[in-house]
Amino acid sequence: MSAERIKILTGNDLFSGDVTWWTGHDWSRHVDHAVPLGDDAAAIVAREEAAQRVVSAYVIDATHDGTSVRPAHIKDRVRALGPTVRLDLSLHPDDPQAAAQIV
Amino acid sequence: MYLYDTHDQAMVDARVTEFTDQVARRLAGTLTEEQFRPLRLKNGLYLQLHAYMLRVAIPYGTLNARQMHMLGDIADRYDRGYAHFTTRQNIQYNWIKLDQSPALLADLATVGMHAIQTSGNCIRNTTADHFAGAAADEIADPRPYAELLRQWSTFHPEFDYLPRKFKVAIIGSDIDRAAMKLHDIGIQVVNDPAGQIALRVYVGGGMGRTPMIAPVIREFLPPLQMISYLEAALRVYNRYGRRDNKYKARIKILVHEIGADEYRRQVEEEFAHILTLGLEPPPAEFARIAAQFADPAFDPAAPDAIDLSDPDFAVWVAQNVHAHKAPGYAIVTISLKPVGGIPGDASADQIRLMAAIAQEHSFDELRVTHAQNIVLPHVKKADLYAIWQQLDAAGLATANLDLIGDIIACPGLDYCSLANARSIPLAQKISERFADGDRQRNLRELKLKISGCINACGHHHAGHIGILGVDRKGVENYQLLLGGCEGADTSIGTITGPGFSEDGVVDAIERATNVYLDRREGDERFVDTFRRVGMAPFKDAIYG
Repeated sequence: MSAERIKILTGNDLFSGDVTWWTGHDWSRHVDHAVPLGDDAAAIVAREEAAQRVVSAYVIDATHDGTSVRPAHIKDRVRALGPTVRLDLSLHPDDPQAAAQIV
Repeated sequence: MYLYDTHDQAMVDARVTEFTDQVARRLAGTLTEEQFRPLRLKNGLYLQLHAYMLRVAIPYGTLNARQMHMLGDIADRYDRGYAHFTTRQNIQYNWIKLDQSPALLADLATVGMHAIQTSGNCIRNTTADHFAGAAADEIADPRPYAELLRQWSTFHPEFDYLPRKFKVAIIGSDIDRAAMKLHDIGIQVVNDPAGQIALRVYVGGGMGRTPMIAPVIREFLPPLQMISYLEAALRVYNRYGRRDNKYKARIKILVHEIGADEYRRQVEEEFAHILTLGLEPPPAEFARIAAQFADPAFDPAAPDAIDLSDPDFAVWVAQNVHAHKAPGYAIVTISLKPVGGIPGDASADQIRLMAAIAQEHSFDELRVTHAQNIVLPHVKKADLYAIWQQLDAAGLATANLDLIGDIIACPGLDYCSLANARSIPLAQKISERFADGDRQRNLRELKLKISGCINACGHHHAGHIGILGVDRKGVENYQLLLGGCEGADTSIGTITGPGFSEDGVVDAIERATNVYLDRREGDERFVDTFRRVGMAPFKDAIYG
């Protein structure tokens, strides 16, 4: 199955600074939970930032292959994983190939 | 070293109280992010790729054991058990929670530390020679002047919204260990023709997008006119520095555009006026500050001999130990660059160990170097072996100071929201490629510096070998530069040609070092050979 090109919403949790992804009704730390946005991204950002649930939210391009979501730009792929040089602190500490998949 | 008086402490405590209230209002929703952002940045709290990052100021890179111990405790208490020493002699924590940041700053304040002016378009933390007060080659200790600069620049109302950030470095030796000429203002303590102590003032250096070496603006400045002169230098910049384009807003652009002579004329005119205002601190105040940097009580009977019968220890002494001004003492540099490690990172336990060693063996003092290492400035030679053993057991005895493995690297795209490419994985690969100690030493002094973007936090322009990470259509790409240097013979590196992949640049560096080995003469370092033979043979080998 070819990957579908989508737009998703990301930001940082106000309290922890953690990278978060918009799931359609909430925020998740896992990029694979991100859902394609409709035309209401600006409204979601305004509402969620006003509700103190997210800061510095922005829309990015990504692809979706049915099971996983891959941000188009390497910066957001690093954000989705964590520091590639400290996989122990990343979201995939047990996957030694996680860093290689960033590229 | 300087210890806070009641005025210093009151200012820092008041700032903690203020920031605590600001964070509470942000979390309560009465401050928007747009309102809060400049307030947190005023306190060194950035929002980076993965989390909030706090940059803590270490004034001129000097701290005592209690402060260093606290930095380790903070890494455990508020971060994930480690921290990162930066190229501006500061320390950064990568995983700070907003609601915990006031408590962190309160803990810092208990040891006379803070994160004020580690962000924003203000005068940042003054940096200095990390061997200040200890080096055998020193004309005079620059730290009293650095401390005076700290007091003058902290909360200076006129210079709180400059066109752009402003960085000052000061040294007291002919050998420049602080990349002084690559700062907005560089100050060198010198002897004037009459043999009196004077300050030589350089203005308009910098790295970043437009690297420039600062010209001398004042050859010999009476030391107790330093504040008035810098006031004048910044006032001219504040008045005429560009605010329409952030990429042309640093003082180097102003000095370059109007010329050093015209800039000097304007500064001297302003200086003449400022001298009439009596801004200088009274000599007694300077004497009070200077007295706090008096030599510790060196033991005049300390033996000068070192038992070098342990070969690994002997290698470390040869590489990481420098001459001290006091007989029987030495300066130790602890490398934070283990083979394959992350340059500048240290665990909480390592930080506390270095604090304990400093307390026991270095008159309670440590320094952070702009090369992301730690210095024990006053160590008895007789204690070196015991210190080395403790460091070695903690993974802190890598004998690679100023060798190719002693890589400066910014956090890069692994942590920094400004970066275009990762720096650290590349540093690790180079470190591993040249892991063999004999091979490194055969390459002699070779300063390799990596930046993950054009802002040049990794000082790539000043590397004998410099690397700049760029984004080429979403793919990390690395430009290679040769011939930069940060010392008394400061020079800006030249790009070799088309960029490389991560693995490609490691191969290119190896080919460049092979050219050096083939072509070097006498005692030449890599950069000396490059200057003599030029780019052509290196380029031929690199691009073949």
